Amino acid sequence: MAETARLLWSATVESIYMVAVSVVIASLFGIPLGILLYSTDRGRILEKDWLNKILGVIVNIFRSIPFVILLIMLIPFTRWLVGKTIGTTAAIVPLSVAAIPFMGRITESALREVDRGVIEAAQAMGASPLQVITKVLIPEALPSIAAGITITAINLVGYSAMAGVIGGGGLGDLAVRYGYQRFMLDITLYTVAILVVMVQLIQVLGDLVVKHLSRHR
Amino acid sequence: MIRIRDLTKVYNSASGPVKALDGINLDIEKGDIFGIIGLSGAGKSTLLRCINLLEKPTSGSIEIDGVEMTSLSPRELKEMRKKIGMIFQHFNLLSSRTVWGNVAFPLEIAGFDRKAIDEKVSKLLELVGLSDKAKAYPSQLSGGQKQRVGIARALACDPTVLLCDEATSALDPETTLSILKLLKDINEKLGITMVVVTHEMNVIKQICNKVAVIERSRVVEQGTTFEVFSRPKTQTARNFLKSVLINEIPEELKTKIKALNGNLAEGRVVKIGFFGETTGKPILSEVVKKYDVNANILFGNIDHIQGVPFGTLVVQFEGKNGTADRALGHLRELGLDVEVMEIG
Repeated sequence: MAETARLLWSATVESIYMVAVSVVIASLFGIPLGILLYSTDRGRILEKDWLNKILGVIVNIFRSIPFVILLIMLIPFTRWLVGKTIGTTAAIVPLSVAAIPFMGRITESALREVDRGVIEAAQAMGASPLQVITKVLIPEALPSIAAGITITAINLVGYSAMAGVIGGGGLGDLAVRYGYQRFMLDITLYTVAILVVMVQLIQVLGDLVVKHLSRHR
Repeated sequence: MIRIRDLTKVYNSASGPVKALDGINLDIEKGDIFGIIGLSGAGKSTLLRCINLLEKPTSGSIEIDGVEMTSLSPRELKEMRKKIGMIFQHFNLLSSRTVWGNVAFPLEIAGFDRKAIDEKVSKLLELVGLSDKAKAYPSQLSGGQKQRVGIARALACDPTVLLCDEATSALDPETTLSILKLLKDINEKLGITMVVVTHEMNVIKQICNKVAVIERSRVVEQGTTFEVFSRPKTQTARNFLKSVLINEIPEELKTKIKALNGNLAEGRVVKIGFFGETTGKPILSEVVKKYDVNANILFGNIDHIQGVPFGTLVVQFEGKNGTADRALGHLRELGLDVEVMEIG
């Protein structure tokens, strides 16, 4: 029993680590990507049709590759970037790569919800495109972006379990090695229960943040 | 001073090019409150948005205080826009900022330091009467209060021009009046030129000294508000006037006049239009005494446009031996608009 608990605990910590770091990286790259997707679109503040099309195609390509395949395809890249292909740190690479385009699209749609009139008002005051982005778009879309980060984090919980299948560590890995290969059904059930609790916690936490950010609206 | 010459704006829609503005010429003097009225889709908002280049004109010239707007670089345009305030129908406030933050916004953009911003914002909030709402968020304000924030924000960088895009169209009549009064006060106090786009003739009547009527992408009539109100040239202008001036004789009255005309051998029912200084004189009692006629007022209405009285009277004159006609002649000599009503 103590052994099971220890296994579950360390796997949970690994999962949290993978998801947390991937969410941060996905936000760090995905939010700027979303801003770029939004602002280069036709009729937007930095309209650049060709750039918008190229970015759109790249994002769509990455989003259409099933995660399991992306995991395998990215092995050489992961080795080049972090020097290994097994373990939680290595798993963060494909997790982030999968989450960045997703976060980009989510940010883009959050920004699209910002009232055009408000952007126009800022432009009428002589705001530069950069000022419109930092002082209008991001603050106005912040609750939606926070909701988007929550969705991304929950998706990453699922993906991180999949990353476990190819030796990424964490709860997915545990479920496969013990639950599946050694027929320890209880381990499988425990990991599922922990994953359910993790998703619930992320959702509740995310909702609280969104609620706080939109308290005046 | 805003000079607009041969302004044209063409949109490319799916069904081919659409002319939103067609050869617009306007001169707006410093200190004017210049009204632009038209039905929705006439092009009035496009015209306003061309002034600060939110819409890029297809051709033509827009000159503000001697600066040709259409030839400015993006950087110069940004600087110029700081001197052109704008308020909107839906206020367009930042929901993420307090009232204070919203008014501070243009000052932050213009690069003022914290201290200067604080001073300026307090003054502006006082001007619009919202000092006690500084910490409130837009969602906690009424429409009128939101527009006051919009006005304070638009005035932050001491503009020389204020563009008002249907600024009162989302407000109830009472709030509309208070916002119009505020705009008028600001115009008088700060001498800011205002361009007011609206579809409500009442707005024009309340604050504008000049007006242009836009119909199907063209200016069809323009002049001082008084000129357009007292002698409208186009049907569009007359239709707009109907909403604010009770100039039309009610149907029941017409029927009554018909009956009177049948009975009166030596009477006349006349419609007298008067405006300007003649309104202040006791003209009616003068002619009554001088020509020994009886005058019976059947219908009357006096209004004020830009402080000038303006009105219509329907009067039944009765007198023997042509005195009624002589009385009418006298009224015409005084410069009044006299029209014998030939009903029945």
